Order: sequence, then C-alpha cells, then structure tokens
Amino acid sequence: MKVKVLSRNPDDYVRETKLDIQRVPRNYDPTLHPFEVPREYTRALNATKLERVFAKPFLASLDGHRDGVNCLAKHTKSLSTLLSGSCDGEVKVWNLSKRECVRTLQAHEGFVRGMVVRFCGTSFFTVGDDKTIKQWKMETPGYGEEEEPLNTILGKTVFTGLDHHQKEGVFATCGQQVDIWDEQRSSPIRSFTWGVDSFSAVRFNPVETELLGSCASDRSIVLYDMRESAPLKKVIMTMRSNTLCWNPMEAYYFTCANEDYNLYTYDMRHLEKPLMVHMDHVSAVLDVDYSPTGQEFVSASFDKTVRIFPRDAGHSREVYHTKRMQHVICIKWSSDSKYILSGSDEMNIRLWKANAAEKLGVLAPREKEAANYSQKLKEKFQNHPQIRRIARHRHLPKSIYHQTKELRVMKDARRRKEMNVRKHSKPGAVPVVSEKEKHVVTVVK
Amino acid sequence: MAGGSDGSGSKSSTEMEREDPEMEREAEDERADEEDERRRVRLVEAISALRGGRKKPLGERSEAAVRMSEFAVTAEGERQKVQLSDLIGGAKDGPAVPTQTRKQLQNLRRSQKTVEQPLSRQESERVQRDLAFQKAAVHVSRWKSVVIQNRKAEQLVFPQNQEPAGPKPLEKVVSGWKAQTPLEQEVFNLLSANKQPIHDPVLTPAEEASLRAMSLEEAQIRRAELQKVRALQSYYEAKARRERKIKSKKYHRVQNKARRREFLKQFEQMVKTDPTGALEELNKMELARMKERMSLKHQNSGKWARAKAVMAKYDQGARRAMQQQLELNKDLTQKVRSALSTQEEQEEDAASEPELLPDFVNDAEPGQVSSNPWMRGELSAEPAEPQRSEQEEAGPAEEEEEEEEKEVDEEEELLREFESRRKLRQEEEQEEPAGEEEEESAEEEEGLSEFRSLFKGVTEGLKEEAAAPANSAPLEEGLMRIRTVEDVELLPPEDTELRPPTEAPQPPPKEEAPPSGKKARKKRKRDIELKEVLTKKAKTVTVPLAPTTTDAADGSDEELDQRGLIMEAFAGDDVVADFLKDKRKQEDAAKPKVVDLTLPGWGEWGGQGLKPSSRKRQRFRVKVAPAEPRKDQRLPAVIISEQRNSSLGAHQVSSLPFPFDSHAQFESTVRTPLGRTWNTERTVKKLTKPKVLTQLGSIIEPMTEEELTKNKEKKVLAEGAGKEDPHKTKRQKRRGRKDGPPKKTRRPTKGRC
Repeated sequence: MKVKVLSRNPDDYVRETKLDIQRVPRNYDPTLHPFEVPREYTRALNATKLERVFAKPFLASLDGHRDGVNCLAKHTKSLSTLLSGSCDGEVKVWNLSKRECVRTLQAHEGFVRGMVVRFCGTSFFTVGDDKTIKQWKMETPGYGEEEEPLNTILGKTVFTGLDHHQKEGVFATCGQQVDIWDEQRSSPIRSFTWGVDSFSAVRFNPVETELLGSCASDRSIVLYDMRESAPLKKVIMTMRSNTLCWNPMEAYYFTCANEDYNLYTYDMRHLEKPLMVHMDHVSAVLDVDYSPTGQEFVSASFDKTVRIFPRDAGHSREVYHTKRMQHVICIKWSSDSKYILSGSDEMNIRLWKANAAEKLGVLAPREKEAANYSQKLKEKFQNHPQIRRIARHRHLPKSIYHQTKELRVMKDARRRKEMNVRKHSKPGAVPVVSEKEKHVVTVVK
Repeated sequence: MAGGSDGSGSKSSTEMEREDPEMEREAEDERADEEDERRRVRLVEAISALRGGRKKPLGERSEAAVRMSEFAVTAEGERQKVQLSDLIGGAKDGPAVPTQTRKQLQNLRRSQKTVEQPLSRQESERVQRDLAFQKAAVHVSRWKSVVIQNRKAEQLVFPQNQEPAGPKPLEKVVSGWKAQTPLEQEVFNLLSANKQPIHDPVLTPAEEASLRAMSLEEAQIRRAELQKVRALQSYYEAKARRERKIKSKKYHRVQNKARRREFLKQFEQMVKTDPTGALEELNKMELARMKERMSLKHQNSGKWARAKAVMAKYDQGARRAMQQQLELNKDLTQKVRSALSTQEEQEEDAASEPELLPDFVNDAEPGQVSSNPWMRGELSAEPAEPQRSEQEEAGPAEEEEEEEEKEVDEEEELLREFESRRKLRQEEEQEEPAGEEEEESAEEEEGLSEFRSLFKGVTEGLKEEAAAPANSAPLEEGLMRIRTVEDVELLPPEDTELRPPTEAPQPPPKEEAPPSGKKARKKRKRDIELKEVLTKKAKTVTVPLAPTTTDAADGSDEELDQRGLIMEAFAGDDVVADFLKDKRKQEDAAKPKVVDLTLPGWGEWGGQGLKPSSRKRQRFRVKVAPAEPRKDQRLPAVIISEQRNSSLGAHQVSSLPFPFDSHAQFESTVRTPLGRTWNTERTVKKLTKPKVLTQLGSIIEPMTEEELTKNKEKKVLAEGAGKEDPHKTKRQKRRGRKDGPPKKTRRPTKGRC
C-alpha cells in the first residue's frame, strides 16, 4: 500500500538560531486582507480594556511621620533616596527600594517649610519656621556622633521656601523677600523686593540656571534674574498661586498651581496670557512637579487627589486617589520619570506609578514590542467612541464626583448669564473674554 | 584747591572756636600749616629770583586772606547766579583759546535747553527691570529651536546625553588609549615610523610634506588628483563590497565563469609574453586541482547534497544544481594543458622518467571510470546497475563494508533515473510538435473553422458535465476552479436551482475527458488530435489540486472512495442549493414592490363579492423606481447585504476628530494597518516606535547647554550638506561673524537708551 506523506525541506521553516525571528510565510498583499481595520479595531478595544484591568498605580505607602508631610525632596544622584519634612520639624530620609526610613532627624522647631538637595547629592538644606536655614550632610552620622547641621544661618524672618542652583553653590530662599545666598556666606548676596510682604515659593529654572520664579501672596508670580539687581517682571492673577515649576526640557515654560483649582502654563516671555489652563481639580492646587522628560506634570490638590496632566492638554489624563489619602500637600515626579511621590496631610508618603497600567521591571523584547503595538493601536483608535469611553473612565470618590458636577453647573450658568447679558446689550459692550485671559489681572513691568 | 579749603576752614574755625575745644585745637594746627605755607612760598620766590627769570612779583591783593585763590573770590553782586557769559567773557578774545572751542562756546550760549530732572527712583527701577527682562527674554529665546525640534521629533530618547551603544569611531577610542602590550607597541612604532595616519586624516604626514614642497597650483592639482584617486578607490571598494554582498548564486556563477574565461585568455597571452608568471599561475591552478581532488567538495556527498537528493525527485532545480556541482568538480579536476606545461612536462619527463609517476595516474582514464565515477566527474554508464545488483546479491557483509560506496551508488542511480526521465520527456516534447506539424500540414485544406467548432463543442460538453457534480458537491469543491464564474453565468439560474442533485457521485472531469475525446476521435478520424487538446486541458485543471498523484488509475479509485464517503456523510445537506435559494430570497426581498393603495368601498360600493374597479386599481397602484443593481449581482458565491447595521453605529466615529482636516485624511490613518500581520517586521518596528523612550533606573537630567551647541552643529551640518568643504567652512565663518558680534553690539545700544 502506498502511503502519501507531505515532505518539506526543513531549511524553509527552521530558524538558524533561537534568536532569529520565526519565519512565517506570509503574503502582505492588501487585497488578501480585507478585514485588517476591523481586526485592528478589536485588538485596540481589547488593549484598552486590558489597560484598565491592569491599571494599579498605587505601589506603597511610607508611614513614620508624626505630623503632616509638608515638603519632599528628590535626591539628585540616587533614585532610591527620598527626603521628607513634616509639620513637626522632623526630616526623614527614605530608601524607596526597601520602602523604609533610613534616617530621622529633628531639623527645626515648627514646620519644615522647604527642603532641597545640593546638586552634588552630598548634603541638603532645610528651612523652617524657626527662621533658620540649615545644611545637613547626606550621610548618616556614625555611631556616637550627634546629628548636627553642617551650617546654620539665622535669618531675620521666617523662610517659606527654598531652592538650590543647578550647578553652583548658590541657593535661594523666600519669605518676606527673595534672597540669593552663597553657601560660603552667612548673609544673602542679593535680596529682591517688589512691594510684596510674603512669598510662598521660589524655584530656580533648571535649564537657564540663573533665572528664578516665585509666587507671592499678592496673587502675583515674579520672575528674577540672579545676575540683575532688580526683578524682571510680575504677573498678577485673580487668585494666589501656591507654587510653580519650570519645565526641565523647555527653558521658558513654567506651570503654576493656583488657588482657583486650576493650573496655568506660562511662557515667561509672554506673561499677558497663559499658554494653557489646566482644569480638573475641585479644590486649591497645592503643588506641582514636572516629569523629567518635560512632557507631563503632576499636581497635588486640597481635594485629596493627585492628577497627571499632559504638558499641552487642558484636562488631566489620570487621577489618583485612595480612601485614606487626605489633602495632598506636596508632590514629586521621580527623576527616572517612572514614579510619583505624594506627601499628604495624614502623615503618609505614597508611591505611585506614573503610568498606571505599565508593567514594571525589565521587559522581554517581545513584551516591549507588544506593549508598543498596543499603545499605538490605542492612539490610532482613540477617537472611536467605545474605546474613548473605556479609556477615559475613572472611578472617583463621591464627593469629588459631585463637586465636579456642581462646578460644571456653575460654570455653565455663568456662561449662560454672560451670553444673555451680551445678547441684551449694545454690540461690543460686553466683549468675549477667553478662558485664558480671564485669570490674568495685569502684568507689571 | 588747598588754599580754597583753607580759606573756608579759617572762617568756620572762628565761628566754631567758642563751642568746641577740639575744634580749637584743629584751628591751631591749621594756623601752623598756614605759617609753613607762607614760608614755602617765600622760599620758592627767592629761588626763582636767584635764577633771574621773572622778577615781576605777583600783584598784591588787599584782602584779609593770606593767600588769594581764584575760587575764593566773592562775586560783586552776592546771591546772583553766575552766568555762562561771565565765565566765557574772558576766554572769548584771548589768543590762547582755539577757534574750535570758541565755536563750541558760542553754540552753548545760543542753546536755551536745560537738562531734564533725573527720574524718580520708582521710574528708574522700572526702566531697569524692563531692560533686564528684555535681555533675559532674548537670552532664553535661544532655546527655541531645540524646543521646536523636540516637539516635532518622532521619538525622544531620555536620558539625552547618553553615549551611543554601538561601536565608537576609531579616533575616540585611540585618543584615550595607549599601546600596552609589546605587539601593540610594535604596531604603533611601525605606524609612527612610516608616518602612517592613525586617526584617519585626509592626508598622511608624508603626503602633506610633499604638498608643502610644491607650489600652490601644483599642490592644488596634486590635491585634486589625490582626491580623485581616493574617490575612485573608495568607489571600487564600494562596488566590490556591493558585488560581494549580492546573494544570487547564479550571478556569482556567471561572474566566476566569466572570470575564468578571461583568465584563460590572459593565460594564453601570458604564456607568450611572461612565461615565469604563467608558470606561477599554472602552479596555482595545479594546487587548486590538487585541493579539489583531495576534498569532498562538489561531489554531492554533503548535507546540502543529501537534502537536494531528497527533493531532486520533484524539483528540477535541485537536479540541475547537483549536476552543476558535478560539472564544477570535473572542471576543477581536469588537468590544464597548455603549450608551456606540455613543454615542461616533456622536459621533465625526459629528465626524470623513472622517479616520477606517470601522468595518467592523475588523469581520468576510461578504464577506471566504471569503478570510480567521481574521478571522471560523469555519471557511470548504464551497465553500472546490473553490477550493483550483483553486489547486493553477493552478500550483506560486503554491503556493510562498502556502505559509502553504496550510498554513492544510490544517488547515482537516482540521478540516472532523472536523466533517463528527462531524456524521455525531451523526446516526447520533440515528438509532439513534430506530430502537430504533420497534422497541420495534412489538414490545411479543411481549415481551422472546423477545429474551432469542434473544440467549442467539446468544451461545452465538459462544462455541462462539470456543472452537474458542482451542484451536489460541498461548497469547497465548488471553489476548485472547475466551474468558473463565466460558466455559471452562462447557465440560466432557474436551471441550476431546479436541477436535481445527481445521485451517483461523479468523478472529476479529468477522468471523463479521455473517453469523450476518444468518442470525438472516432467520429472524425483524421481531423485533429482531440486527445491532445483535451488531455492538456485536463492537466491544467488537475495539476495544482493533486500534485503528488502519479498513477492516474490508483488516484481515481481513492478519490472516488473519498468522494463517496463525503457524499454519504453530508447526504442531507445540499449546501449550494440552500445558498442559492437564500440568495434568491434576499434578491426578491430587496426588489421594489408595487404598492397597492386601493381602498375597497371608497367612492363606490363595497362588500362581499365586490372588487374595486380595475380603473381605480390602476390609479392607486404606485410603482416604485427600480432598485440599483445589487453589488453581488456578478458574484455567484457571495451575498452582500446593504442594510444598515445599527449595532455597528456605536463603534463608529460620528464627527471629525481634532487634528484632522478632512475625512479622507482620518480614514486613511485608520485604514493603515500597524500590526505584523499586514506589515513587514521593519515597518512594524518603525510604526510602533514609542514617542518617548526612557531607560529604566537612569536619572534624567534637565536640558543642558550641550544640547544647544549640538543642535546648532546639526543645523550647520544640515544646511551645509552636499556642499564642498571650503564653501562650508567659509559659510560657517560668515555665520559666526554674523551671529557673534552684532548681538553684543545690539545689547549695549539697548542699555544706553
């Protein structure tokens, strides 16, 4: 009897090494694949759903402080080190990979208002309510050694904020005025005042390292050049800004966190009108920090949520909250752009993923490719209603959900009223003011 | 100056004396100073008098002061302002004053302007701030290009100032590296001693030195020449590399053959012109031959050859490849005979006949060929087979011993088989056209019309036969191209539907064809070779379906059984008929219907047994316009439904999304597939590149100034690309000049105003 067998040459289908790509005989002629769009759509839908399934952003909570966490500082050279200062004057140094506190020191009496690590990572500065600036060693003191600051500077007034220069031994503080200090001297090398009684934050520009920005209590944002004797310019807004943060990749953009629930991104050359108004919070925004890639920023709010905004989007792409997290006072984006750290009122520091559904750790090449492909699919079909609905859905605490609704109603009512007024008045008497222009009162030269 | 201060000091001292004892002491000191001064003046006067130059003493003034000073003169009218004219008055006429100054003074007197009051502190601060801001804004704007570039970039990789992972250029490696081992040192010494370039400059030091020695024009010419030579060299190198990379075996084979032919031609010339060189070449060839004889290469005994031998039965290409290998072997093992070599050989033979082996040892001789075919590079003759069979009969022990030989024999047999088959086929092919020609010549009188009609009739018969089983067979069977679309269209649809499924399974047309052909041939004996036509037709249909079948009789039996089995299994299912019925139903449903709007009893009597009048019926019958032709009208195996699916609406985009301008644009982006199912690997990689790429566990530093300079360099490169070097440098210089100083000059001007 004759047995028919298929015979094939193994050369046609066996890989030479296991690292080779599997050879798949395939005809790419598009006429042979009439259903490519529906198939990709299905894949995109599945990818979107899986993204929501795997979105587990919360990684860890670091507890140990005995009062609310008031300030955070990233280590400039080590990714796993975090510093936090609390409202009782205690500073803690954390090891993030072990998720434990490695060092505690009583830095000030009263609040630790500001904290910053020197650019070399060997020491850090703190300012407190006790009118002092202290410089501390980053190393833990040896056995028997006392925890003492390297330097202490006694100021005349309370310092409320602190930032260090990117490359030189110069730092800036703010309080009644903005002071620039040399590390070697006990008096400021320069003081800036402009008829304001108190500042809440000061930040060096990380790219144009001689520029500074500060937020003042007269609802203004003031810009300085360290080399000049006078401030540069100031913009007065409708409400007070709490902090600002410069974009680390684009020298002239900064974003400020405002009391009116919004964030504003400005071009420092054109302060008359913000580039973008970022809305979504339902209470005052307390802190903001840019991703080191400069593509996104994260904001902390009094409404107990953390939100992530794309640099050029008006609304957030992500909102993080937990049941136990109270008002978020301070926020930092880690310097490898993968994590977010938030310090809140209820004495905890929380570690979040920057991309909620991202798989952490080392990925196999195939995993990477698959992730890239699904990401592109999601982008490609992002405008399709089902996919958009699933991708945008977030669970919110009831209070925030309702408050969002309420705010929307209020906003609509205001707009309606304005429209009605315009309709019943002389043409041109009630001009249309855009949302961006609404929040700037004046620019003072 | 000192005198002036003294005068005022003396006045004030008299006033202050009463008040302060300390001041009193000071006044006394001053008085002593005055005394000293007076003495000094007297001394100077005495000395000048000694010289006898100017005897006229200074005019005395009748004022209280000891020594007069021009500044201490009190004006005549006190409290009066000093006018400019008062001061200038004296200077006007004096010869010592130059005319230019005088003119200036006159101008001054004429102009009535006063200097403005200085700005208030607030105002001046504001100006300062404004200036500082403008300066900062201009300074910051230099990042604009970087920012825009990053925003437009397809992919951003962080951290930015990372060193590339790939191999570095030689210069970078060499600059931070020293020769350590003795070998390295030796190499470096050699290089430096010969003044060879280490860092890959344009010219070696020796070349540069020679250039320096020449005049400018010569140097330019020489330089151009060198450049040309270099360009040519690199061109040839590139060409050679490109050719080496060509994977086509055929190309290389042709190249090799051409090269060999060329070489042979040259060789013959060389024999005449350069006998020593020719001898060397000959030796080389001899060496190659020896190597070939030693190795098993090109003898079809390797893994590749074995694999090919398996495939050879079915693949003509494999057979040919094996044959070519053998031929190559033959070519290489053949001894090259040329005039030179023969001469030498003769000489050698003459010189040392007893010592050397006779030449025929290396030659392939007819006597030895039968025992060792590989020596000759040809297949052994037919009689080899009986020999082998004899060996097999002789005993298994011998077989085991000469296993290799047997393998070789087997392959050989295979090859021989192929060859014989090929010969047969060639013969057939040769015969066929000959036969046709004969027929054509015989049939010329009758003409082609008859042939056509006959052929048509036969094909129609075939179609009808093919259509009948297609109805009864399963759907897949219908797609076997036995019945084409045209055939189906030829048939009236009612017929296909009404035709009852045939009971007995019909064999495929392939089997049917020959008998029908026979019949046809019986009918018209000498007209045309019908068998020829029909068998050919049948072949084209069946070959792709059953490539492995060799024996027609066996295959048909098995197929019949299979078909019967399938028919039995799906006895009740008449899928094709069902499908057609379904389609018909759909077509009917889609057809526009006549709407009858007649209402019985409206306008006339109604009731049982009464019908509306025909006039009325005609009037109230609304005819609808005929529907457009269906899309599946010409697709017999497809039903296309054009009804709107409401469940799909939820998945469709209702309005044009933001960044798109037109529907076509958006649709085209959606239509482009991204996955590897539809794209090549490289395309997929390119399409799915993430926008931002970060590295796990590495700190991303803020933008640095380096990035700015890098960007500038890039720009310069991009602008100067494709231009010659001198131009580029010139332009760079020019730009540098433009960019550098004007900024500096611009800023101070702003500062001034």
